[in-house]
Formats: sequence, structure tokens, C-alpha cells
Amino acid sequence: MKLFRISMFKFALVVIAVGLIGGIGLPQYSDARDLTVVSWGGAYQEAQRKAYFEPFMKKTGKKVLDESYNGEMAKIRAMVEAKNVTWDVVQVESPELINACEQGLLEIIDWSRVGGKESFIPTAIMGECGVGTIVWAHVIAYDADRIKGEGPKNWADFWNVKKWPGKRALRKNAKPSLEIALLADGVPASDVYKVLSSEAGVQRAFKKLDELKPHLQWWEAGAQPPQWLASGDVVMTSAYNGRISAAIKEGRNFKIVWTGQNYAVDSWVIVKGSSNLDLAYEFIKFASQPENQAVSAAAVPYGPTNVKAVAAVDPKIAPDLPTYPANLVGSVATDADWWVDHIEELSERFNVWAAQ
Amino acid sequence: MAHTKTPPSVLTTANGIPLKDSLRRAERRRKLKAAGLVLPLFLFLLTTFITPILLLLYRAIENPELLEVMPRTVAAIQHWDGADIPDEAVFTALATDLRLAHKDRTVGKAGKRLNYDISGFRSLVLKTARRVSKIKNEPSSYRNAVIAIDKRWGNLRYWSAVKQAARPYTDFYLLAAVDFERDRSGNIARVPAERALYTKVFGRTFWMSMVVTLWCLLLGYPVAWMLAGLPARHGNLLMILVLLPFWTSLLVRTASWIIVLQKEGIINKVLMWTHITSDPLQLVFNRFGVYVAMVHILLPFMILPLYSVMKNIPPSLMRAAASLGANPIIAFFKVYLPQSMPGISAGCLLVFILAIGYYITPALVGGPKDQMLSYFIAFFTNNTINWGMASGLAVLLLSATVVLYVVFNRFIGIERLRIG
Repeated sequence: MKLFRISMFKFALVVIAVGLIGGIGLPQYSDARDLTVVSWGGAYQEAQRKAYFEPFMKKTGKKVLDESYNGEMAKIRAMVEAKNVTWDVVQVESPELINACEQGLLEIIDWSRVGGKESFIPTAIMGECGVGTIVWAHVIAYDADRIKGEGPKNWADFWNVKKWPGKRALRKNAKPSLEIALLADGVPASDVYKVLSSEAGVQRAFKKLDELKPHLQWWEAGAQPPQWLASGDVVMTSAYNGRISAAIKEGRNFKIVWTGQNYAVDSWVIVKGSSNLDLAYEFIKFASQPENQAVSAAAVPYGPTNVKAVAAVDPKIAPDLPTYPANLVGSVATDADWWVDHIEELSERFNVWAAQ
Repeated sequence: MAHTKTPPSVLTTANGIPLKDSLRRAERRRKLKAAGLVLPLFLFLLTTFITPILLLLYRAIENPELLEVMPRTVAAIQHWDGADIPDEAVFTALATDLRLAHKDRTVGKAGKRLNYDISGFRSLVLKTARRVSKIKNEPSSYRNAVIAIDKRWGNLRYWSAVKQAARPYTDFYLLAAVDFERDRSGNIARVPAERALYTKVFGRTFWMSMVVTLWCLLLGYPVAWMLAGLPARHGNLLMILVLLPFWTSLLVRTASWIIVLQKEGIINKVLMWTHITSDPLQLVFNRFGVYVAMVHILLPFMILPLYSVMKNIPPSLMRAAASLGANPIIAFFKVYLPQSMPGISAGCLLVFILAIGYYITPALVGGPKDQMLSYFIAFFTNNTINWGMASGLAVLLLSATVVLYVVFNRFIGIERLRIG
């Protein structure tokens, strides 16, 4: 019993000692919070780390913390409302960007501090709060080891279950399933949103989706489509082009069909009330430099947004980018503003439809 | 000799204080001490549980956007009867509000709120604010000027939406959570079938939770019975096997089910290898997958209360029943089952209440037909930051849980519960 008591005493001493040492070792509380950059995680963020975060740290001598998220705006809203902002720069999708900007959750961009509007491609200027950083696309992908011979050429072929039997996968979301359905139904890419703006157009899109419904499996995370193609769960799928390129790099014989791609822009934003505003601008400017964007594009082929970066990209990689001229034939530029207006109503209808 | 009756003297303690007072004081001290012990937990719950829930309930009825951003329009529209396009005063107020809101960059808030009622209202508000701000000279009629910007301002539907949004409190979200809305004249009406979603989802949530609870009971009861009957040495080992998954991350367990059940997963491989099926079965991303994963994850919550109750049922009772001539089946139903009832009800309540709030598992292993209410709460919280709607749905879920609890308490009695 006595022995036990001594060891308990020693144990307590050790605990106190460790606590003290740990406490001293911890950085003291101060107002200077490190710049926190938030992106989508995975292989893409890994590429960003090499292209942006690490060189930026080396250049400025300031620390960059990087976190990842899944595009939820809730956290940003909570931070801004509580006036306790711990994220500085965040990479967001366009509809969320517009929404958050209008709700006053983001800083208005002073373009002169990021290199001026003229150094970006027009699609990269996303309203007042965002500096476009990549152009990414929803494309058709299939495994050429399973579909031997002729593969699908467009969304109409995606619907052709006679010629290519088997399951297909689409993103479980009204966006861009409705655009895709209209393309498959023969609506020209330039008219997609015009048609979708009418009730008849929405019904037409759902009717087209009905045809494919028994053959559909829905994905939610960008990692799922390449997995399912690899495991043979689906015969073809919609996917983010970067994910498919990554799988091809790993030795998969996947093919990307660019016709009818839906492309969109992801942007850097600064959370309203960030205490690192100057550093945030500096970071965005740094991440918009052509040579840095070229490094990112070489690792994961999403299109750069700096006018000069387009030229700086390795010509071998260029044909893999959504922004490559030949890839833009018959493409749909996702209309983020239109989606902000319709996302709730159409998501509701999409969910009702999907649940039937 | 008459026995003289002494007057009833007051009982006192050794130091002369009346016993009654002394007892009262001791009682008070005891109560204070008890309160002091409970106080930290109570304060903790108050700040981390009760207050957030009240705030959440408040979010479901508050309606501050228009009052904040467009106060003049809100004031002016109170006198509007809804029969015809509002008069010049309302349009002037609208133009002034929008111009100021455009300058302050707050117009998006109002636009977002109005867009809940009519899709496209947001961009209409934004566009009007932009264009109104560009008007240099005071127009003779704001009514004509605003309608000239967009003819939708001449549509009564849009104005009644403005009026609905102009109240300090709204039932919009709560109604929407049960697939109702206010029509143009302000009466409560069902939403059109292509948008009616939540009652169906709510029914589905209840049904799926019931099925999961039932399976948990069917699978958990025999296990708990066996555990209760084993000597401690073996019993503990088996108990650890029950608890082991309990200690593993929910996410890990859900993800492993995907791996096990997928098309080229181990189950399908075995089925095809043994020629039970020729093609792989669809076992995941459907209802079956959700049931399997949820039952697996919730099973310990059924087994533990069952076990704790069964452990206290003396085995001699079953022997007594047998000695009185009951065969094992009758003995089980007449003697054992009624005594294990508190465990059954505790387990079922626990599993059911946990199940109706499930989110991650159906989201990962289910298809679109298998999503439960929490999925939609998360959708509104995260994707569209429509926290009013998220709160509306949360209120629905919370009330269901409370109703369930009350009904349960009424028929079974919460004091009979034994959880651990």
C-alpha cells in the first residue's frame, strides 16, 4: 500500500512537471495570429502547399497555417458573427462566394493590391469579394480498360445505356445535373441557363434525368468517381477533371471527355474582420503570380487564372487543362449568379425527385 | 392522586436550540450542499446545451432581415391591403431603402430572405438596388421608375412576399418544415407536390429509426441474455467484444462498411465465389447498407441496458417456473420477458432517439432515397447558410423527440428505465 502511495506521488509530480514544461513551451498568447489559409484538402492542397504555402513562408518569413474544409460557409458565418475570425484566406466556389459576399461575410477586394484586374482572365473576377485562382471542370470520365473500342463522346452518349450498359455516376446535386441533362437532351451549351430559367425547361431536365435514373449511382465527394471507376462499380461517371488526371498519373487508363464540360472558378477570399488583412493580400498576390500558378497546375491540372500563367504552363500539361482552347468547345460556364437565385428551390425539387 | 400533566415542552438540542430549528437548519445546509454539487453541471448544461437550443428555436421564428435593411419599406407596406399594386409611398420607400442598402452593401441580406419565398427575388432586389442608385434626378413617379427597371415589381406575388417578410416574427420556416406555406392572401396552404419534401423525409426518418431499433432488439436481446448468464470471466471478455466497436470512431466504422459491402467487396466476392450469385449485389448506397451500418453502430446502446437489467433477474425464477410445470417457452414469455421489460424499453428509446438524429452514416452509405432529416438540416446550415430553415427542421426533430419522451413516460414510465 505504501509503495502504491509513493508511486502515486511520483506520478503526480511527473504530471505537474510535464504540465509546467508544456506550458512554458507553448507560445504565449498574443494578438499576432499566424496567417491561416483554408482549402479543399487532399492531393490538391498538397500541390498548393508546394506551389504557394511553402514558397510564401520562405519568401516572407511568416508562418502559414493551412487547414482544409468542405466548402461549408456556416463556419465563416459563425466566425464573423462572433467577431472571432480565425481563418484569413479561404478558397471557395463561386455560388457560395457570391452568397457570402452579399451577406457581408467577406472583405471587398482591393484589386490594386493583388496585381490589378487586368492580370486575370475575365472569368476569374468573381464579383467584389473573390480573386479567381483555378478553373476546374465537371467532365465525363471512363475506364478505357473496361470500355474497349469506342467510348462515349458527349452527354448524349452518357445516356446511351444500350451501347454502353452499366451504372453511371453523377454528383448528387441539382448543380450541374440539370445542365448535364439538358446537354444530353440536345440543348446547345449557350442556351442551357435560358432554358432552365423557365418551368418547362426545369421539367425537361428532370424528365431527361428520369430516363437515366435506374442506371444512376450518386457521388458526393470528389474522391468517389475515380474509386468507382477503378472498382468497376460504374462504367462512366461525371468527375472533377483534376481527380481523374491524378488517377491517370497513378497509372489508371482513364479517359476524359471534354465535350460538354461544365467549368467553374474557385476563388480566394478574405474573411471579413481578418486581423491579418495585409498578409492575406500579400498571400493572394503571391498565389496569383504566373510562375506559382504554373507549379500548381503542373501538379493538379486545374486551369490557372493569371493571364500570363496560361503561357507559363508546361505545354505537355496544357491539353489537360479545362481552359485549353480545344477543351472549351461545347462547354458550359457554370452561371454562379443564376445558381444563387435558384439553388434552394431546385435543390428541394432535386431532392424530391431523387427520393421518388 | 391525580397525575399532573406536564405542559408539552419544546424539544431542544444539547445546546438549547429548539430541535425543530436545528433540524431545519441542517436540512437547509444539506440542500445547499446538494445544490452546490449540482451547480457546476447545471451551469455547464445551461451554457452549452439549453441556451444554444433556445437560440436555435428563436432562429426558426425570427425575421429580422427586412426590418434591418429596409425599415422604410417595412413601415410603408403595413398599410397595403394586398388587393392592388402598392402606391407611390411604398415605391418611394423601397427606392430609398434600396439605395441606402446598396451603399452599405447590406442589400444582399434582404435579397436572400426574399429569395426563400420566390426564386430569383434575390437578383431582382440586387439589380433594382443597383439601377435605383444610378438614378440621378428624382423621377416624377418611383412607381413607374421601379416597374420600368423590372416589371416583376408590378406583380402582386412579389409584394405579398415582401409583406410576409416584413413582420418581426415569421412562421415561414416552421410551415416550410412541414411542407406548408402562406399563399398570396396569407392563408396557410400546402406547397405544390414537386416541392413537398420534408413530411416525407420525416416519415422516412421515423420508419428507418423504427426498423433499426427493431433489428437492434432482435439481435441484441439474445446477446444480452447470454452475457448476463455467463460467469464473469467469460462474460467480461464478450462484453469487451461488444464495447470494442463502441470505442472505434463512428466514421471509421461507417467507412469500413462501404469497403465490406461495395461491389468488389468481401461479401460480394464470397457470394460470387460460392456461386450463390453470378453478378455482384448492390449492397451499399441503398437502404440495406444504411440499415446494416446503423444497426451495427447502435447495437451496443441496446445491449448495455438489456444486460444491466438481465443481470439482476435471478436465474432461480426460471427454474422455479420450470418446477411449476411451465415449459421453457412459456417460462420465458411469462417470467423472463416481463422482467426484462425495463431494459427493452430503455434500449429501444435510446436507440430510437439516437437513430432519428443520424446524419453521417446515411450520408455516407445511403442513396438519395435514404437520407434522414439531419441531412437536410446540414444542407441548410452548411450549403445555403439558411439557418432559419435549418432551425425550422431542427424544431421538428426536437419536438418529435419530446413528444416521444412524453408518450413513453405516460405509458411506460421513465422511472422504470434502467440505462446502466
